[in-house]
Amino acid sequence: MFYRTAGQFKTTYRDDQALFPIRQDGVLVGIFLILAWAVLPFVASEFAFQTLLIPILIYSLAALGLNVLTGYAGQLSLGTAAFMGVGAYACYKMLTIMPWLDPVIAILLSGFFSAGIGVAFGIPSLRIKGFYLAIATLAAQFFLVWLFEKWAWLYNYNASGAIQVPNLTSVAAGGNYVAGPLASSLTQYYIVLGIVTLLTILTINLTRGTLGRTWKATRDMDFAAELIGINLMRSKLSAFAVSSYIVGVAGALFVFCWRGAAEPNLFDIPLSFSILFIAIIGGLGSILGNYLGAILIVGLPVVLNTVPPALGIPISSALVEHLNLMIVGGLIIFFLIVEPHGLARLWGLARQKLIVWPFPY
Amino acid sequence: MKDTEGYITEDGRKIGGVVMEMKNITLKFGGVNAITDISFDIREGEIRAIIGPNGAGKSSMLNVISGFYIPQEGEIWFHGKPRPQMRPYEVARQGIARTFQNIALFEGMSVLDNVMTGRLTHMKSGFFSQAIWKGRAEREEIANREIVERVIDFLEIQNIRKTPVAGLSYGLKKRVELARALAAEPKLLLLDEPMAGMNVEEKEDMCRFILDVNDEFGTTIALIEHDMGVVMDLSDRVVVMDYGKKIGDGPPDEVRSNQEVIDAYLGVQH
Repeated sequence: MFYRTAGQFKTTYRDDQALFPIRQDGVLVGIFLILAWAVLPFVASEFAFQTLLIPILIYSLAALGLNVLTGYAGQLSLGTAAFMGVGAYACYKMLTIMPWLDPVIAILLSGFFSAGIGVAFGIPSLRIKGFYLAIATLAAQFFLVWLFEKWAWLYNYNASGAIQVPNLTSVAAGGNYVAGPLASSLTQYYIVLGIVTLLTILTINLTRGTLGRTWKATRDMDFAAELIGINLMRSKLSAFAVSSYIVGVAGALFVFCWRGAAEPNLFDIPLSFSILFIAIIGGLGSILGNYLGAILIVGLPVVLNTVPPALGIPISSALVEHLNLMIVGGLIIFFLIVEPHGLARLWGLARQKLIVWPFPY
Repeated sequence: MKDTEGYITEDGRKIGGVVMEMKNITLKFGGVNAITDISFDIREGEIRAIIGPNGAGKSSMLNVISGFYIPQEGEIWFHGKPRPQMRPYEVARQGIARTFQNIALFEGMSVLDNVMTGRLTHMKSGFFSQAIWKGRAEREEIANREIVERVIDFLEIQNIRKTPVAGLSYGLKKRVELARALAAEPKLLLLDEPMAGMNVEEKEDMCRFILDVNDEFGTTIALIEHDMGVVMDLSDRVVVMDYGKKIGDGPPDEVRSNQEVIDAYLGVQH
């Protein structure tokens, strides 16, 4: 009833290839965009910004990057956190060397550094695939984190070995502080939301166009892809480049617009796995899934922390952490068995049901 | 028959000059000679069949043509020039499309996307144009969609165009694969056992499609097939292989009465 598609005729291929061929999809996305841009920022508390809204956006951006590589191009990667680290450190060094650079520009540029590193570590994918490639990207994970620790130039020979984000103003935020202790959560939220929206739109276009089909062909049947005229090297490396760019920008946002400081071990394997979990639970090979997965993974500990006390049940923070691990672990097993395509597929099925409702098919 | 001259088939179709010529191809896998010193040509507009018992080297021959295997000896002439050694994707970009013996569709994509993927060699828009979905990328998507829709109409798969490939029946998958190859508008179409595993009706449909492709688009077709009835009906000329060697070459009737071919198929007392 709410999703009736009857009467929506398409008379041109342009209409049929529109972003939202079904009108209700467009309306729904519009509602969420209004919510994210115009409603949430004015009702959210400082706590909500820092524990929910900003991290959800940043994690979903990182998962989006990983999804391009793993979900669309079929190349398994366990080095996401390290590529986020490259973005963060590149941004930090750029702003050290060129203090006049606008931080938003620096964040967008830092992705190119991780894209370069990503392509370099993507070269093994030309020879190996599956688990073996995962191990090769794991090497990137260990090597880069080691580099962040040992190469003192990266953190400006700071005695603590950590990077500390200074106060930075940006033209994009109307001259307000966007990074550092003086920046307000609202400004940071808008910067993150703006970049996430922009990169999401570009990624959607890439994945539904020629390059996206090249990636998907490489994922589904690589030898047939080559015999159809696809240069596998270009296809795989372009996926590594685009994926690492997005992940690198997410890493820069992670440190500059959220954490405010970073030690090398922040970019260790647990972060890689968190992002992989988001992509798997959300749905590999889908854009929507990254947001659903991030809401679940970031939101779950917050819910566990706040809901039981509100109901009068005392719960210790250690128990919350354990519960969180158990539930996330259980969910991953559940999804791998029951719905390997994740939350996005669940929504897809629900949507299909809504379209034909009240009839069963 | 000289290179530039063609011939007229029984049913009155005019066959042009040589498109592709295999010259003394030898392909070895270690100590095994998959193909030994084979030469034959494929002429413009003809349906050329390659037949032979199992293990004769037919699929290897097709893989040599599409650049998947590199022969140790011999040359491949394409459009009157020797073809340098090239990767399979470069061969595809020269206008050679193919289907596979075991269906090799992109299972995670819809029928439409699979067929659109066949158009990739014609897509030229740049990265940034694709990212913003404006200008060249958008025009290209729409222009190519029209060509793809013509192929979809032609092969009568309109009703499944948005269906994911993974759930389709075997016969339909074969047809989608043909659509994907046709979408590339190839100069030479290679079909590796297009009728394997089909029932009589599906075979008849497929025969009709192959003849129509050849007739309407003038596409040159080289095919491997086991069903002798089909091969004899469809093809203009037949190459017969056995144990990697060529034992016969010519029009179906001539091949059928060739003693060596009869021996290869029916067996002979040694």
